[in-house]
Amino acid sequence: MKLLLTGARLIDPSQNLDARLDIFIEDGKIAKVGPNLSKTSKSKDPDKITKIVDLPGMIIVPGLVDMHTHLREPGYEYKETIASGAAAAVAGGFTSIACMPNTHPVNDSRSVTEFIIRKAAEAKSANVYPVGAISVNSAGAQLTEFWDLKEAGIVALSDDGKPIMDAALMRRALEYAHSLQLPVIEHCEDVNLSANGLMHEGYFSTILGLNGIPSIAEEVMVARDILIAEYTRTALHIAHVSTAGSVRLIREAKKRGVQVTAETAPHYFTLTDESLQSYDTHFKVNPPLRSEQDVKAVKEGLADGTIDVIACDHAPHGRTDKEVEFEYAANGISGLETSLALSLNLLQDKTLSWPELIAKMTVNPARILNLTKGTLKEGADADITVIDPLREWTVDVQAFRSRGKNSPFHGRVMRGKATLTIVGGEIKYDDR
Amino acid sequence: MKFERKDLLGMKDLSVDEINLILETAASFLEISTRPIKKVPTLRGKTIINLFYEPSTRTRTSFEIAGKRLSADTINISASTSSMVKGETLLDTARNLEAMNPDVIVIRHSAAGAPHLLAQFVKQSVINAGDGAHEHPTQALLDLMTIKEHKGNIAGLKVAIIGDIEHSRVARSNIYGLTKMGARVVLAGPATMLPRDIELMGVKVFSKIEEAIVDADVIMMLRIQLERQKQNIFPSLREYAQRFGLHPGNIKLAKPEVIVMHPGPMNRGVEISPDIADDPSYSVILDQVNKGVAVRMALLYLLVGGGE
Repeated sequence: MKLLLTGARLIDPSQNLDARLDIFIEDGKIAKVGPNLSKTSKSKDPDKITKIVDLPGMIIVPGLVDMHTHLREPGYEYKETIASGAAAAVAGGFTSIACMPNTHPVNDSRSVTEFIIRKAAEAKSANVYPVGAISVNSAGAQLTEFWDLKEAGIVALSDDGKPIMDAALMRRALEYAHSLQLPVIEHCEDVNLSANGLMHEGYFSTILGLNGIPSIAEEVMVARDILIAEYTRTALHIAHVSTAGSVRLIREAKKRGVQVTAETAPHYFTLTDESLQSYDTHFKVNPPLRSEQDVKAVKEGLADGTIDVIACDHAPHGRTDKEVEFEYAANGISGLETSLALSLNLLQDKTLSWPELIAKMTVNPARILNLTKGTLKEGADADITVIDPLREWTVDVQAFRSRGKNSPFHGRVMRGKATLTIVGGEIKYDDR
Repeated sequence: MKFERKDLLGMKDLSVDEINLILETAASFLEISTRPIKKVPTLRGKTIINLFYEPSTRTRTSFEIAGKRLSADTINISASTSSMVKGETLLDTARNLEAMNPDVIVIRHSAAGAPHLLAQFVKQSVINAGDGAHEHPTQALLDLMTIKEHKGNIAGLKVAIIGDIEHSRVARSNIYGLTKMGARVVLAGPATMLPRDIELMGVKVFSKIEEAIVDADVIMMLRIQLERQKQNIFPSLREYAQRFGLHPGNIKLAKPEVIVMHPGPMNRGVEISPDIADDPSYSVILDQVNKGVAVRMALLYLLVGGGE
């Protein structure tokens, strides 16, 4: 099939493009990008039928890339399957997602990686890239077989959800992974400092009587891992940055030339710990929602480039995981279908420009994961997202493609939405 | 004034008028417990369920007696006999209880916010009898009633709360109640037991008991939980008793007519010396227990008895 997208503003930070350009798709690839392609392409291929999609007022961007998703399969299919997660991805405008290994069993072996890749292929939706575990069963004791996992198809390593408390193991993991050009993604949390913690430690944890997770639980580990990466001259990616202190540490490290990259999630620049006052478990997430100053610092980190990536940290759960006492509730927000709209708010408050925002959701995560995605270069896979920047819509968790209906944003009125998602030249989601 | 609430979840939400209404109602019920026949028909035909997920003698008994003296049927469900051990969720338990049409569910739970979750899902009135380290509003109300009886007025008093503030729901509820009623609240305890940003609740914080109890009208001693020693929150009971215990030596710093309170159960010789606990010129601890029944009668009445 051939597709011609016309009449939209095209933003591709990988080529510094931001102009009114058309895009022609053929055989699943981007065949041509240029002004007023309509006439030229028609005359070139008179016999073949080209589907022309006119997109006035829309914005065409490279298919969004989410480098931090939890798909729950194998093991917790009631929360999410690879197919339902991939469907949620394209509905949220994501054409490529990387899924964390904390399934059951943990993705610490070739067989689990291959299972995920097979299931993703069957789903015929978003591209799914497995992240392998750093340690066997993510137990933090013994390294997994990085080479074998890489050959099976993992794009990064992480024990996400379980920080690596053993600094020596972290050092070895960074060294070994670096030699394979496999990025290491660290969930930074000192579990002794965060022990029994349920929310950000501060005034609100005090009045709610909930055990606090101090910001230093994250920052101590960010500092440690930066030092290890600096010493071993390896690359490190820090997941879900939530505190002002972490932003400062990463900013300083980058200035020194440490190969550190970082991501944050929309809830960390949208919500504060004040939201927990109703004990609504939908606001329970790890790292926890932080203070207003932290939110401000995260935005500054996004603005000055300290934080490279906006990732969903999509963490779907079943009702049974959330409809319990706050203390017993699972951590996480089902984020794939709200991430783009929440991120677009960063344009309104002038934190980011359009190209800056799109870079953090396309080419930046793709580069960190060494994927040839997140670009509209001619010859690249035709993964494309079309955004209606003015579309107003109300978040309705019952309408989510994700099995995880756990969103604190249910009922919120949003502005801006992915209305057309194309993966490999095929339309996978159309809400025009 | 009419009491309009469906539930009593915390002191944080109560207005001064509501607190006064509860205290006045409680005062009118006080006398019933002194009669030879301690029963009035006020809540006849009403059913009260005490749902206790945490062990409690004082509070559970107090609610049970309060209900019975108002002629309500009271049923106790404690964690050991409940379906909780079979792995039923709080909400399923609540829905089952709801199906039996009680009028009030009194809940104590180790998880902060559990009564709020319950109140959201059931149509009956919910009373928080203590949730984790969050609130224990009936304790604060009975404390206010006790103080009022001994001091006449609450506004202007200096009240010192001493001990493990971090883990204390009694402290939080009392801070809300006392500050709303115009008292000056000061706290003292080891730094490891003072939660972050507690000053923002409108209290002054000291690191020595002596600094806090100077010129105090009321001293509230909190129970120190012995298992906290294992979490390195304090080094030893010996040191705690020496540095943060109330005894005849340091109580002289307070006003001569100071009253001493304790929510119980006491660790005699740790946070409070027996010489103080048993000295009727200081201790109003048993008075607190006495007021507890009246306050709980008042709340049951206001929530389900019409309350006009």
